[in-house]
Amino acid sequence: MAKPDSAINQRVQAVGQWIDDRFPISDFWKQHISEYYAPKNFNLWYFFGSLAMLVLVNQIVTGIFLTMHYKPDAELAFASVEYIMRDVEWGWLIRYMHSTGASLFFVVVYLHMFRALMYGSYQKPRELIWILGVTIYLVLMAESFMGYVLPWGQMSYWGAQVIISLFGAFPVVGDTLVEWIRGDYYVADATLNRFFALHVIALPLALLALVVLHLAALHEVGSNNPDGVEIKKLKNPDGVPVDGIPFHPYYTVKDLFGACFFLLIAAFIIFFWPEFGGYFIKADNFIEADNLVTPEHIPPVWYFTPFYAILQAVPDKLMGVILMGAAVMILYAVPWLDRSPVKSIRYKGWMSKVALALLAIAFVRLGMLGLAQDTNIWELRLWTFIYFAFFILMPIWTSLERTKPVPERVNYK
Amino acid sequence: MAWAAKGGNLDSSGANVHDMASVQRGAATFVNYCQHCHSAEFMRYERLRQDLGLTEEQVLENLAFGDQELADYMLSPITTEQATEWFDAPAPDLSLTARSRGGNWIYTFLRGFYLDEEGWNNTVQEHSSMPHVLWELQGIQRPIYETETAGDGQERRVLVGLELAQDGLMSTTEYDRKVRDLVAYMEYMAEPAILQRKRVGIWVMLFLSLLTFMSYLVYKEFWKDIK
Repeated sequence: MAKPDSAINQRVQAVGQWIDDRFPISDFWKQHISEYYAPKNFNLWYFFGSLAMLVLVNQIVTGIFLTMHYKPDAELAFASVEYIMRDVEWGWLIRYMHSTGASLFFVVVYLHMFRALMYGSYQKPRELIWILGVTIYLVLMAESFMGYVLPWGQMSYWGAQVIISLFGAFPVVGDTLVEWIRGDYYVADATLNRFFALHVIALPLALLALVVLHLAALHEVGSNNPDGVEIKKLKNPDGVPVDGIPFHPYYTVKDLFGACFFLLIAAFIIFFWPEFGGYFIKADNFIEADNLVTPEHIPPVWYFTPFYAILQAVPDKLMGVILMGAAVMILYAVPWLDRSPVKSIRYKGWMSKVALALLAIAFVRLGMLGLAQDTNIWELRLWTFIYFAFFILMPIWTSLERTKPVPERVNYK
Repeated sequence: MAWAAKGGNLDSSGANVHDMASVQRGAATFVNYCQHCHSAEFMRYERLRQDLGLTEEQVLENLAFGDQELADYMLSPITTEQATEWFDAPAPDLSLTARSRGGNWIYTFLRGFYLDEEGWNNTVQEHSSMPHVLWELQGIQRPIYETETAGDGQERRVLVGLELAQDGLMSTTEYDRKVRDLVAYMEYMAEPAILQRKRVGIWVMLFLSLLTFMSYLVYKEFWKDIK
């Protein structure tokens, strides 16, 4: 689009040229935004990547403002959060945006991951994107766990106590390891202080770096799509994929709409239901941490509960911890467990569809069991078995089943 | 009759934190009955003045103790040591009780005191170390027991309800309303921002709805060329 050659425009172009002579900013813009060709057939599931970015930005910005008023000190932390809630101008809003954002981060990340499983977005040549993504998820778990400790309520304290003590299950080094993590003989000021450092500096830095790598890897190979068709195979004479459209303006405006809708839902929670029935903020966390009073029931936050359930599926603590770790780490193997010649669930056989549905049900059910107080150990084991069976048996059904022919071009409209 | 089994079946308080008159009455009850022993260490008198539409004089003369000032927190005149000596336990801070325990818990607790052969007891918190401060208003409730045969053939006495054995200064309806007002106040006190939060929230929702609608139009406009 040629712009009128006004004096102002010439000036702007001159400035642009001045920067370009020194830093390839317009190349960067072209490569990643205006001439990054994304498949035109993205559906609802493709909103969650950009939404995760939005939540990340929200967490960083609100986090900066919380840090201005929060005191990482066992004596002062709880009161400083109440100070934010009562005396800091709009402090309650910043705090609720941060606490709601933490939970919504996991909502969008889980949906984003499910999307990848559904459409085979981890398959060759996107293995590295998946690996980086799983690593982001791991860091995010550490990040949110440490953030949850900072308000220094009863759930913060005892949740930290329970989770840190899991490291004690390791033979020989266990006790030393636990002490090293806590920096004291029990969860105390030293623990809070170091968790604060990790939560506001170390882990966010790691997260940002990983997100940059995740996107760089994505833009190198290009986005997958609901049909699992490689759009780069079919290009027009200009070298543009025929099923691709420039990310800007098409996906920027589409994601903007997605972001607005998402914010509408987020705002409803923030303004009208910030505790979200105890799932986002637990009632017990309105009692200051007390190392002499153990709450009757110490369930983890909802996004950890599936793994917490898996931990409880075996009576032996060390085995439980190993199994729980394996439940997360097995995600790394997915690109090599899937032997299917097709990517998308649309062209896979019925076995893949049943397996993925079972995985989703198992994950949700494990999440519910992880929150409950009296669980049937056999039900727990059944779903744990199904969860692992999905991954372990994946090479078998993906190579056995008959797949449907994948079209040359994506389906659109 | 107020009655709750231990650990469950709480009565619904029906408290409305947006009913300003109710919250104001609750504030008076809180100061007159609760704050003699319990503090609200996170609540300032000044905040109370702003949110409940009171004047400086009203707050300082009717609500604040002694020489407390507007900027002060609503602290009890007794010390932790005194409370521990008199009641075997320090009186817990009540700033956040409506959020940690819930309004229904407070409502049921304050209506669940009864006098049995050992002294005062409570349906929600067995052998609570808190004396029934409001007994003059409520009167004295006595327990109703039933004998139940458990699975192992053992006979057990089970508390099934309470009856008013001695009238108080208030009728049951009046007393329930008084507690309901107190709960409304405590819900407000646990999160003073709740009033502003919901007021602002409506406008934010309206704005975002409009923005969502407009961004949808922009999206559709751009995408109409994509075939």
